[in-house]
Amino acid sequence: MTDTLTRPIKVLIAKPGLDGHDRGAKVLARGLRDEGFEVIYTGLRQTPDMIVSAALQEDVDVVGLSILSGAHMTLLPKITAGLREQGLDDVLVTAGGIIPDDDIPALEQAGVSRVFGPGTTIREVSEFIRANVHRREE
Amino acid sequence: MPTLAERARSGDRRALARLLTEVENRTAKGEEALRALYPAAGRAHLVGITGAPGSGKSTLVAALVSEARKPDAPGGPRPVAVIAVDPSSPITGGAILGDRVRMQIHASDRDVFIRSMASRGHGGGLATATVAAAAVMDASGFPLILIETVGTGQSEVEVAAIADTTIVVQAPEMGDEVQAIKAGLLEVADIVVVNKSDRPGADRTAAQLRAMLTVGAQSDRAAAAAGRPRPKRPDVMLASALTGAGVPQLLAALDRRASMARSSATDEAALKRAEAQLSGILAQRLAERLRSPDVAERRNATLRAVAAHELDPYTAADELLAAISGSDPA
Repeated sequence: MTDTLTRPIKVLIAKPGLDGHDRGAKVLARGLRDEGFEVIYTGLRQTPDMIVSAALQEDVDVVGLSILSGAHMTLLPKITAGLREQGLDDVLVTAGGIIPDDDIPALEQAGVSRVFGPGTTIREVSEFIRANVHRREE
Repeated sequence: MPTLAERARSGDRRALARLLTEVENRTAKGEEALRALYPAAGRAHLVGITGAPGSGKSTLVAALVSEARKPDAPGGPRPVAVIAVDPSSPITGGAILGDRVRMQIHASDRDVFIRSMASRGHGGGLATATVAAAAVMDASGFPLILIETVGTGQSEVEVAAIADTTIVVQAPEMGDEVQAIKAGLLEVADIVVVNKSDRPGADRTAAQLRAMLTVGAQSDRAAAAAGRPRPKRPDVMLASALTGAGVPQLLAALDRRASMARSSATDEAALKRAEAQLSGILAQRLAERLRSPDVAERRNATLRAVAAHELDPYTAADELLAAISGSDPA
């Protein structure tokens, strides 16, 4: 069988909320592609429902959320709660964008594993994913 | 504890998603599930949608999904599954799967299931596991499965070998009549859709395609009588995925084809699909066999002999085949 080949890690990159700044998300998607990830890019203005449903159908290993609107304290916990509700507890959730340091502990509490601020390199993100992704045994 | 396959069949979408991963990764578990599910598949109408990058395939797929999910759709709304294939990087193996961008409006509808697939080095516009994934969706109760290929050039025609109906999407002003008479992609179409019919030039493009694709239709009977292969005579339809114009007509045309129950055309499609699946699995089994430790030494020696031009590759292949067919795989 081909089990021995390492399968690519699947990452969903999504932009929750209403800001239209998707350059960062696109650059990250492209960078992760170059790191050998399979990146599902879903575009702008995603509701928590859309993101949870995409994560479920695509059976991703990682959900990366990019948000610059300031609504992260509302939207990100809704997404992590939605993922848990669908039984997607093992999906690694990261966030990036404009998120004040003071908000980070609460987001981590809500299930976001890491918040990446401005200036983060693609390498840091990909290393974090590789080190923390839950590889399934089944 | 029910298996993933049993859970997927009973409507568990999470199980379906996981099973598709197993199938996509071609694991032993995925293979086992396919063996169990295969008898339950074979009911869905598999529609391939192909065409050049940017011709509007994803948007058209989304429009077809919306049409099939309308509460007042003829025969009632039905579950729809989508497989959207995008290319993998030949350098890093990574991929951007971006077709969902156009298909996000059905997120809370559990009877719409969209799955992206990276081609993972497979040519022809699909991924190796696309047919298998479609069979899983079929067995899980989706009567309509839309398979969107990677953006294709002129000759990625594999989708026609696995779909019951192949739609080739064209955009206005993408070429003159000479493009329409070239061999390749357009030849495998059952339906040619000139998308973006809201744009200028769409009518003209459709007229040109119609004129060129029907040339020689009168000689079809003679070709059939002589046992020569007969070209398809696709319908040319106009649609605008943006405004929705032409989309109900397209879905109706698909349904007409689907209801040609057990016609020669659908049997032919099923046979072609069986052949495509079987030869894919045979090739995979052969490759696995050649990689197995007991054959590896023999294989390496043969490779070196061919590289040194001491042995020609045909004789080498025959010898290897003889060597592995003598011994039974464990």
